[in-house]
Amino acid sequence: MIEGLIFGLLSILTLAGAAAAALLRNLVHCALSLSVTFVGLALMYLSLGAQFVGLSQILVYIGAVAILVVFAILLTRGAGALTPHRLIAAAGWRLGWIASVAVGFVLIVALVRSPLPVSGDHAVKVTVQQIGQALMGPYVLPLEIVAILLTVALIGAVIVAMPEDQKEMR
Amino acid sequence: MTLTPYLIVAALLFAIGLGIALTRRNAILVLIGIELMLNAANLNLIAFWRFGPHPELMTGMLFALFSIAVAAAEASVGLGLVIAWYRHSKTTDLDEMARMKG
Amino acid sequence: MNSATLDQFFVLLQHHVAALFPTVLQPWVSMILGVVGIVAVFPAIFALTTVLERKGLGRMQNRLGPNRVGPFGILQPIADAIKSLTKEDIVPRNADDVVHFLAPVVLVVAIFLGYAVLPVGRNMVLLNIDAGILLFFAVGASTELSIFMAGWSSRNKYSLLGAMRAVAQMISYEVPLLLAAVVAVMMTGSLAPTAIVQAQGGFTGIFPHWYVFTPWGFAGFTLFVVAALAETNRSPFDLPEGESELVAGYFTEYSGFKFALFFLGEYLGMMSIAGYGITLFLGGWGAPFSFLTFIPSWAWFFAKLFLAIFFFIWLRGTLPRLRQDQLMNFAWKFMLPLSLLNLCVAAAWRFLGEWLGGGTVAELIRWLVCAAVLVLAYVLLARTLLRQQNISPRSYRYAD
Repeated sequence: MIEGLIFGLLSILTLAGAAAAALLRNLVHCALSLSVTFVGLALMYLSLGAQFVGLSQILVYIGAVAILVVFAILLTRGAGALTPHRLIAAAGWRLGWIASVAVGFVLIVALVRSPLPVSGDHAVKVTVQQIGQALMGPYVLPLEIVAILLTVALIGAVIVAMPEDQKEMR
Repeated sequence: MTLTPYLIVAALLFAIGLGIALTRRNAILVLIGIELMLNAANLNLIAFWRFGPHPELMTGMLFALFSIAVAAAEASVGLGLVIAWYRHSKTTDLDEMARMKG
Repeated sequence: MNSATLDQFFVLLQHHVAALFPTVLQPWVSMILGVVGIVAVFPAIFALTTVLERKGLGRMQNRLGPNRVGPFGILQPIADAIKSLTKEDIVPRNADDVVHFLAPVVLVVAIFLGYAVLPVGRNMVLLNIDAGILLFFAVGASTELSIFMAGWSSRNKYSLLGAMRAVAQMISYEVPLLLAAVVAVMMTGSLAPTAIVQAQGGFTGIFPHWYVFTPWGFAGFTLFVVAALAETNRSPFDLPEGESELVAGYFTEYSGFKFALFFLGEYLGMMSIAGYGITLFLGGWGAPFSFLTFIPSWAWFFAKLFLAIFFFIWLRGTLPRLRQDQLMNFAWKFMLPLSLLNLCVAAAWRFLGEWLGGGTVAELIRWLVCAAVLVLAYVLLARTLLRQQNISPRSYRYAD
């Protein structure tokens, strides 16, 4: 009962944040409502018992991605005066909404109709130590690949965003 | 609780993310839409981990962790590209970025 | 009352009060009591800290500090509270009022959440969760967003500049802060603050096993303190609110109660980060000598907390403010390499211990090797960075 209530509230929070990000005009408002969605999802992970993932979600998405997005918005002067409504939507925006509503509809119909091969509700307590051992044991190769990916992304982002005259100076 | 409500929320989140990516003009918002779709996938992974037959193997959870790391990398490179493009052409409008069509 | 009862006094009190309620409600009641305890104690310390800071800074600057309200001015916080509560709450006409309102609320809520996993005494922690340190860092990351919200929504150039400086500084120093903390986590093998405190519990002779008494622990602690100063925007890293440049930084446009909330958030953030520093490196609620264990654990924690606060005030009275480029260079060129090296040294410490076996000689060798690596790296890095900088007497164009 309480679990259902918590789920309901969290899903409303998450979806409301996402919808606000889709509809608001001011870009910074969009980014802030996006972070509401991230928090809602993190709380949902916590309520599902995935403590480590939930807290990493907050650390990475709120602490890094949301901050990065607002910095990018300010650097590209997107937070300035309110843009008229016709300027926030792309050329084929009606088609876009039709397509996304259709995708959502198809997904939900497929979900409700299909029998899910699930054995039910196991309340398994996963400790951080177990996660660490799994990451260092069977999942060590993906971990290394993610490390390389992050390094490459870091260097790539710095080089891409570096001013042109500095690139030529080298 | 059962699995289906979580999957429905994830599907709605995915649809909203797709909607943002398809309908907004600003490149940063398109990236936000992509992030939302990734997050919807993460919610699916966690929900399947929790209600799946073998939660003790932690597969879904670890996949979600890796997915968070990849999303962070994607966001940093994507925003770096947007800033570089803005410096070049003083716009983040995707409709005006179509200049490379020739 | 013997020392064990005194040590567990608050825990027993919580149990007694909770036992008055029906069984179904008991977990909720004890949780609420814990929350009430945190919400009562730490703002009280905040009030005390403001007056201590003003008086301490006054003494350091050879003046008296506040001395009008009550004996020696100790009732000053009450006067301040009444003043800030009765002041008019001004929101600039162009401000984004929803975001402007939410920013201080988000800040204070996020910082209070950080206290939920901070062990302030034996068995005295609100939520004993497995990933406590991670929760602290996650919550610290969300304060950055609230600072951005405050600066952006005010529509004021000083606010925005202050917020951008604050966010850039906090992101840069979060990396060495995290890496410095990871050392303690690595050696304990757990992210739970209670487990980290317990791992530092024993004594050799009369001296405790605090992490700060090892080479990697000392280096980690130093890095943690420097990064913590920058995270909390305290002097000498107080560029985001440098009065001579930016009025008051990101909360320039706040008045009345919201200003008080920002002030509260800043000091609570300082105390929470000091509390985690104590937990990670200074043995948490443990006594500093084995013959002092009869004093209750919470008394030790708060004594250490006040010592840390005094240290912060002392630094504020001593050091001049850095420049923005010095700040960033220091984070990325000095703190980051040293904290990465410190991780390697901590790993080497662990494996040298296994490899050399026990015994005093082996212990000494391990100590010397690890300390030598860290000192050498420090000296080399500092020399290289200093050589790059052109240090010469400053010439003033119009003054010569």
